[in-house]
Amino acid sequence: MIKLTTPISEETARSLKVGDEVLLSGIIVTARDAAHKLMIEEKPDFPREYMKNGAIYHCGPVVKKHEDGSYSFVAAGPTTSTREEPYQAAVCEEYSVRAVIGKGGMGPLTMEGLKKVGAVYLHAVGGAGSLIAKRVKKVKTVFKLEEFGTPEAFWVCEVEDFPCVVTMDSHGGSLHKEIAEKSGKVAKELMGL
Amino acid sequence: MELKNAMLELIRRASTDLSPDVEAAIKQAYDREDEGTAAKNVFGTIIENIGLAREASTPICQDTGSVIMYIDLPVGAAEKPYKEAAEAAAMEATKLQYLRPNAVDPITGKNSGNNVGVNAPYIHFHQWEKDEVRVRLMLKGGGSENVGAQYKLPDTPLHAGRDLKGVKKVVIDAVVKAQGQGCAPGTIGVGIGGDRVTSYALSKEQFFRKLGEPSSNPDLAALEKELYEDLNKLGIGPMGFGGKTTCLGVNIGAQHRHPATFYVAISYTCWAYRRKQMIIKGSEVTYD
Repeated sequence: MIKLTTPISEETARSLKVGDEVLLSGIIVTARDAAHKLMIEEKPDFPREYMKNGAIYHCGPVVKKHEDGSYSFVAAGPTTSTREEPYQAAVCEEYSVRAVIGKGGMGPLTMEGLKKVGAVYLHAVGGAGSLIAKRVKKVKTVFKLEEFGTPEAFWVCEVEDFPCVVTMDSHGGSLHKEIAEKSGKVAKELMGL
Repeated sequence: MELKNAMLELIRRASTDLSPDVEAAIKQAYDREDEGTAAKNVFGTIIENIGLAREASTPICQDTGSVIMYIDLPVGAAEKPYKEAAEAAAMEATKLQYLRPNAVDPITGKNSGNNVGVNAPYIHFHQWEKDEVRVRLMLKGGGSENVGAQYKLPDTPLHAGRDLKGVKKVVIDAVVKAQGQGCAPGTIGVGIGGDRVTSYALSKEQFFRKLGEPSSNPDLAALEKELYEDLNKLGIGPMGFGGKTTCLGVNIGAQHRHPATFYVAISYTCWAYRRKQMIIKGSEVTYD
């Protein structure tokens, strides 16, 4: 198990390999469809300080608002990452992101981006909403809550020992590609093709 | 309002407390994986998460899904109070964080914020001969919904003809295309026959069956068993990390088709397979 803490240097990101199991601590920013579109179309400055050498998390959390106006996460597992495939590489480059956390893996565009920028794709356990929410120690701030709604807002949070597996690295390695090829072969045999 | 509270409790249970048949299947999957593999660790995390959610009464998964209800009513009972209670319960459940706001207007892009909107919650009403009310609830996540598929047989590239062998091929194809995207290991619901609409509906209704309970039709029961074994040979594993368990179960239903059509719909539900039911008899409510 590798302990990884933000800010993550390019060197550290490049040292990670497919199959490495990671416990991530530090600052992460949730961003999904509306957020990625915005980051490409308008390149806003507000996420920069949190994303530089940091991590983006594909997640639409269930959030509780407390009486004092603060927030906490109730359930916060990853969402499917492929929807961000058109944007991810450019977002990583624009905001110097070192880790993209999500589920299901991503495609060739992102792969090229990870290689170029020096970043990794970290796979979280899909559906483990309650467990991951417990690893989110603090919600620091939120952007675009009113406009985008709870699932789509930028939630900036502090995490401790968030469990992930490196499934795409900066050397062109992808567990998703490997499993798709292997299972595709088995499927053809089962179908007699 | 009592009916609303009963529905709220049904939603709470579905969102936070995984049913025993599903949990048992996940524990068996954990036992099957080899020590030190990512697959074993994923199942360990999943099992820990199920316990945490139940204990704290928080959602198992942050995608608390679309709220889908099947309500069976005695002869003469009105539907309206049930629809109103379902909407009120969905609003309350959103406030209490049992549900994430998941109803988005596709025209404006605006989230209603309370899980209520056009056809949200989606309710199927049926009349039945009993003097009690049955409410069956499914919370179906968007990621697993996205990997569902509908095929029209014959399917030339797959050499899938208009028979159960053809059905088997398209189910394998759908699951291999899904990879880990629908939060594997999934449970597969298959609807054979009907039209475009009813084939999907039938495939989804299969999720109300218990895992490991075979179809009453012997041909379908045999196909379920065969597919369960074959799909678990694919090696996709939990989250698509590779592993011995790719699916937790296969449930198949069939209905008559038009002579010119042969649809096969495949619905996929993630490992966080959330469905519960309640029976209301007089003032007594029982949950399962």
